[in-house]
Amino acid sequence: MHFFIGNLGHLFVITAFVTSLAGAFSYWQATRNSDLAKKNSWIQNGRFAFYSHVIAVLGLVCSLFIIIYKHYFEYHYAYAHSSLHLPGQYMLSCFWEGQEGSFLLWMFWHTIIGLILIKTQKVWEAPIMVVFTLVQAFLASMILGIIIPVLDIKLGSSPFILLRDALADPIFKLQPEFIPKDGNGLNALLQNYWMVIHPPTLFLGFALTLPPFAFCIAGLWQKKYVEWIKPALPWSLLGGGVLGLGILMGGYWAYETLNFGGYWNWDPVENAVYVPWLILIASIHTMITYKNSGTALKSSIILVIAVFVLLLYSTFLTRSGILGDASVHSFTDLGLSGQLLIYLLFFTLGAILLSIIRWKEIPSTEKEVSTYSREFWIFLGATTLCLMGFQVLLPTSIPVYNTIILLLGGNSNIAPPANQIEFYSRFQLWFSVAVALICGTGQFFWWKKIDKQKLKHELLMPILWTLILFTLLISITKVYTPSYLALTLAGVYLIISNLRVLFAIAKLNPRLSGGAVAHIGIGLMLIGVMYSAGYSKVVSLNNTGMLISKDLPTDFNRDNLLLFLNEPRSMADYDIEYRGERVEARHKTGYINKNDIELTFDPYKVIAKKDIHFKNKKLYQAKDTFEIYPENTFYEIELSKEGNVVATLYPRVQINPAMGGFIASPDIKRKLSRDLYTHVSLPMNREEEPEWDTLIEVKVKAKEVFYINSKYTSTLEEIKRIDEIEGTPLSADDVGVQAKIKIIGEHADYYADPIFLIRNKSQVGRLPAEINDLGIKITLLNILPETNEFLLGINSRQKDWVVIKALEKPFINILWLGTGVLMIGFSMAMIRRFKEHNDLKN
Amino acid sequence: MQYRKKRPMKKSHILAIVVIAVAIAIIISTAGDASTYVNFEQAYQMASSGNVTQIHVVGELPKDSAGQVVGLEKSSDNLSFSFSLIDDAKKEQKVYYNEPMPPDFTRSEKVVVIGSYQNGLFVAKKILLKCPSKYQEQKLNAGV
Repeated sequence: MHFFIGNLGHLFVITAFVTSLAGAFSYWQATRNSDLAKKNSWIQNGRFAFYSHVIAVLGLVCSLFIIIYKHYFEYHYAYAHSSLHLPGQYMLSCFWEGQEGSFLLWMFWHTIIGLILIKTQKVWEAPIMVVFTLVQAFLASMILGIIIPVLDIKLGSSPFILLRDALADPIFKLQPEFIPKDGNGLNALLQNYWMVIHPPTLFLGFALTLPPFAFCIAGLWQKKYVEWIKPALPWSLLGGGVLGLGILMGGYWAYETLNFGGYWNWDPVENAVYVPWLILIASIHTMITYKNSGTALKSSIILVIAVFVLLLYSTFLTRSGILGDASVHSFTDLGLSGQLLIYLLFFTLGAILLSIIRWKEIPSTEKEVSTYSREFWIFLGATTLCLMGFQVLLPTSIPVYNTIILLLGGNSNIAPPANQIEFYSRFQLWFSVAVALICGTGQFFWWKKIDKQKLKHELLMPILWTLILFTLLISITKVYTPSYLALTLAGVYLIISNLRVLFAIAKLNPRLSGGAVAHIGIGLMLIGVMYSAGYSKVVSLNNTGMLISKDLPTDFNRDNLLLFLNEPRSMADYDIEYRGERVEARHKTGYINKNDIELTFDPYKVIAKKDIHFKNKKLYQAKDTFEIYPENTFYEIELSKEGNVVATLYPRVQINPAMGGFIASPDIKRKLSRDLYTHVSLPMNREEEPEWDTLIEVKVKAKEVFYINSKYTSTLEEIKRIDEIEGTPLSADDVGVQAKIKIIGEHADYYADPIFLIRNKSQVGRLPAEINDLGIKITLLNILPETNEFLLGINSRQKDWVVIKALEKPFINILWLGTGVLMIGFSMAMIRRFKEHNDLKN
Repeated sequence: MQYRKKRPMKKSHILAIVVIAVAIAIIISTAGDASTYVNFEQAYQMASSGNVTQIHVVGELPKDSAGQVVGLEKSSDNLSFSFSLIDDAKKEQKVYYNEPMPPDFTRSEKVVVIGSYQNGLFVAKKILLKCPSKYQEQKLNAGV
């Protein structure tokens, strides 16, 4: 038992909590003192507390990581999230698979950002660090794991809890020192490189919304109503970029790993980060408006606060267990809902109260904004983004309404919309059209002074180009649905109008073109989403086969395809053929036929039956022992056109009882214009006994050619006497005969070696030979010496099969391209604003 | 003064009205599109009165004395299946689902079916499984 590391970790947790409170108090005192010497000494105290806090958080991260990395399964966190055989890079994913670790990750980013702010923001340090340290105190309290003595309230859930304290397994009564040999392992879905980088990116995005919030609160508090915007804006831009990237990485992970057939599912967990991001984007735009024209200060304040509050709300939704049945991938409830609610309410009410108190003093302009100004269009766009967020937030919160009604003694049975994707897409599509049109039009007011006449002149060429490109696009790709036409048109317009601005600015000052580049990225993304989601179609359609019930209408789509081993079917211009089950080697790249390996006692080790090749490369020699990932089975699916193999797909199935059984992940054939996305819907259950058809008898002579199932050419190659069976020698009274039958299968030749045995001159025994790939079993039934013939019995069964589903995603690469362009735009804008801010300070 | 009164409405006011109108439209449509949790009896009533909206029914799978799920029927090509579900009012109903049976189906504690009655049969468009979470298990796994 390694008690030391856990105790150390727990000490760090408590230190982190106490130092954050101490920091908050010191910095608060610093803001109250007008005497410079006293103020400075309080700031010194605050810094000392925060630096200690940073060290505690780092110590905390290291302690937890050591527990995971060293496989200390006496700790619940290591046992629940890791295992001995987990590859090294996924140890990181274990760290943030649990709620506690993800809180830690969040805290970690805050400490880094806090250090940067202390270094760079001398004027703002005290008030913003009050906000920072308070947030850290709340986060640290989530992982405290202590029980308040008198009230008997458990505060937080510690990641350093011992397994014996977490599980009430009877073994701990008998053996308190018991340590399991292996852990539960990491969820297979998280064993993906995106899961190594997606959570840190997302939580960095979360953390980056804190600086703008802190500056805003500090501004209201210190009555610096306008000055806070300048230091906050670059952080908002960085946050917008990173959070956006984090969300899209999540989408890309879902596309590659989950089997719901897309990158976005409108699951509450996804919505919970999408809404704050939309509002964050809106806030960036109003802040820019304020910097340029002095309008929209109040809206900026409201939006910046809203972003942070919405993030806290999303944290509450995903971590409190309130979503319950509504979401497939929220965290499990750790009993933190009360604490999370207090965290949410503290900052929400605090920020609202402060705003109300200061509202009258916030300067605002009374002048009416002209329709022909950039500000008007930006404001319109920001408003639309907010409505867009509201439309998602409202239904996502349905479980919250039910809980509130239940608490008030009522009974509510509202459920989320039955078809979430259809429901949300319908609205979000038209909002996107509006945003794109507003944003595109807003670009023409780049140089402020413009009137009706000039606008008409300016608009003419871009609209012409838009129409030409739009017409070309829709006629080539055959888009006819009105809503998709609108989205395409709006997307093209957005790209063209921003290209125009881009060219114009690039001549003057390329550094200012970040916004235009980001907008072009959004335009590409809208078009990419329109094609890949709107025209995503099931290509594994199956019109043959049986209906589920005679009473039901017959127009049911059957979206899955049953494939038998080595029997080609046609699908989506391809011939598709299932080629069998494969496993993945641990130390070499390649898929290995399950028929070519022999299992050992250790499930992770196998022995090669023959030389193993993959794509003409020799992986292993016969008799080599090597390691595999035994939980994962890959189903080799070959796609060919006119007899030539064009792609081989390996969709994966993981059977892992500890993780809820069956997990299927797709494999994607990527082409420039479209992806073909295939996953296993149902694998064959190997534990079920196969049903054999009735025995068919054939009489053959040696060297005679015959047919099995009237399709496999077979030859009885030889008959020989044997002296032993599987290493056991036969006695003198026994007679053993073995046949060697060659069967020409679809892709390979197989040999069946059934044995006929006479024991003690009277007892007849028969050892049939089974050819798994062909689904046949051959028995040597009898030897007929009078005719020199051999009687063979042939049983057949259904061949091995797999049920797959395949979807086609046209032009999905436009979406990924747009994402890249958007990120470039964000980076350019952010660099510009950080520079601006620094130039100002110097 | 006369001139001021005739001035058109301020743009910000028009915008505010539009925003409120859109927000109300969103609320109404959310209320309209939200599904409900009902039992089979209520679902049947809804369907008989011509209401074809998809609803949620929460239920459990019937099990025999040995703990085996009963009432499962797979189509011979494995591409679809039907099962019995007992709702909160203890009514048992056969549910049809036009997808292969999820391999962990029989392990689930609770099943949420989203669908509606068609010609007197309950057809699920989507099923959600509530499987025992590994965190809730108080026993260590085999192989320790």
